[in-house]
Amino acid sequence: MSTVVLLLITGVGLGAIYFLVASGLSLIYGLMGVLNFAHGVFLTFGAFLGWEVAARMGATTWAGFAASLLVGALAGAVFAALTERFLVQRLYERHIEQVLITVGLALAVVALFDGIWGTDARFISGPPWMSRTTTIAGANVPNDRFVAIVLAVVVLVAIVLFLQRTRYGMIIRAGVENRSMVTALGIDVRTAFTLIFTIGGAAAGLGGVLASHAFGYVSPMLGQTLLIFAFIVTVIGGLGSLTGAAIASVLVAVLQQFANYYWGYGDFAVVVLLAVVVLTRPSGLMGKKVTA
Amino acid sequence: MTSSPPSRDAATVGAGPTARPTAPVLLVRDLQAHVAGQQVVEHVDLQVAPTGVTALLGRNGVGKTSTIKAVMGLIGRSGTIELDGEDISTLPTFRIAGRGVGYVPEDREVFSGLTVTENLRLAERRGSEHRYDLVYELFPELEQRGAQAAGTLSGGQQQMVSLARALLNDNRVLLIDEPTKGLAPRLVTEVAEALARAAEVAPVLLVEQNLQVVRDLARHVVVLTDGRSVHHGDASDFLDDPVATQRLLGVHGGTDPAGAA
Repeated sequence: MSTVVLLLITGVGLGAIYFLVASGLSLIYGLMGVLNFAHGVFLTFGAFLGWEVAARMGATTWAGFAASLLVGALAGAVFAALTERFLVQRLYERHIEQVLITVGLALAVVALFDGIWGTDARFISGPPWMSRTTTIAGANVPNDRFVAIVLAVVVLVAIVLFLQRTRYGMIIRAGVENRSMVTALGIDVRTAFTLIFTIGGAAAGLGGVLASHAFGYVSPMLGQTLLIFAFIVTVIGGLGSLTGAAIASVLVAVLQQFANYYWGYGDFAVVVLLAVVVLTRPSGLMGKKVTA
Repeated sequence: MTSSPPSRDAATVGAGPTARPTAPVLLVRDLQAHVAGQQVVEHVDLQVAPTGVTALLGRNGVGKTSTIKAVMGLIGRSGTIELDGEDISTLPTFRIAGRGVGYVPEDREVFSGLTVTENLRLAERRGSEHRYDLVYELFPELEQRGAQAAGTLSGGQQQMVSLARALLNDNRVLLIDEPTKGLAPRLVTEVAEALARAAEVAPVLLVEQNLQVVRDLARHVVVLTDGRSVHHGDASDFLDDPVATQRLLGVHGGTDPAGAA
């Protein structure tokens, strides 16, 4: 029983990190039709800068941890905004080129990170409470998972409120449905494009800091590893659906944890799930619509 | 909010600094358009009169919708497109709409996940007055169903949302593509009445298969065949000419309410 609880909560914790990466991916694809292969480096950049700031402020202090979250999110947001504005937007509607440029950017930036921070993993420490455990129904659950879950829920709620309550949110929801009709109403969707990249980048940067705590290290390949699962989550959840991304994140991560523990084939189980969903529901669990 | 849109519009047309009463609000010359490398409009000339409805007619697949989309900048195009004498042929779609071109697409294209109110709020253009009183007077249902998701509305109600989005702003011209398509006869009448009111607010370029609606509303017609404009003239003269309607539309221009549909 305690094992099941442990796998379940750590699974949801991992799902929280997947969601932080997948939410941006899903909204970007839904609105712009861009498969953003550079999304992983937004995450890695956030994780590295967050780590640098925490190290300077005192990695084991709460202030250092809070600052690392903030800086991580900011770093991801700025990197993503610049990527959209100067690379992706210039290739408006040219999807193959957009894929190529984001793949190219990802390769180049990982190499750059290798140059700056080295290829070896940097081990992370946070406030002592984070590395301790809390006992729930006999299971000793690492505390950092709770932080990841709470922050992912906060991000989910914030994005939902943004989409539901603001004019730009409305433009994004409408744009995911029918972008050309949005422009035909006199709206310049390019601003919404930059905005959605920025939001996605911020979530990914935040996810980077949390992932580095959950895994205990940060390395130049951290984001690329997570990106693969985030893409799977996005496809399973339904491209463009935020709720779908949230549900699929938890589904994929929990399945992965259980399959890993009992059979040692966690990644394989995820790929099987992907195949089943793609074959039976090609548009994913929630289809192509931003429902909040 | 204006109390009397028709007279204000007439004043604009008559007393505007550049507009002469007879100058077309929209002028299209030698328009060509293509979709995915295939030419869908070969050579279209047309003018939209400064008041009233100009109908764009033709059999299915001759390029009526493509012509409208090309004017809107939604598909690749070349040729001359002037709005109030200014070239808009190279502008992106959002700027064309921003200059005062209201667009009601063929399949309504309401945002189904957004509520009726959100569909209208999205259409509010900066720098334009928003005529909610006119819209809700024409379509009181939209006010009652404001909180309903547009995707759950009937086809007729969705058409009202689509028309309302175009009527909400102070537009120079409205491009309305098959607004009565697939609607029940009662709704056709309702939409036709709304179109008549729309034409009082701004000149309309109307694609319409229902020739009775065309007869009731349009003063001028432009007829397309195979991506080319082949006839321009007075609407009733054209519709009363059985030889011309038979040849160009494949129907009699009579009073059959089902029209060419």
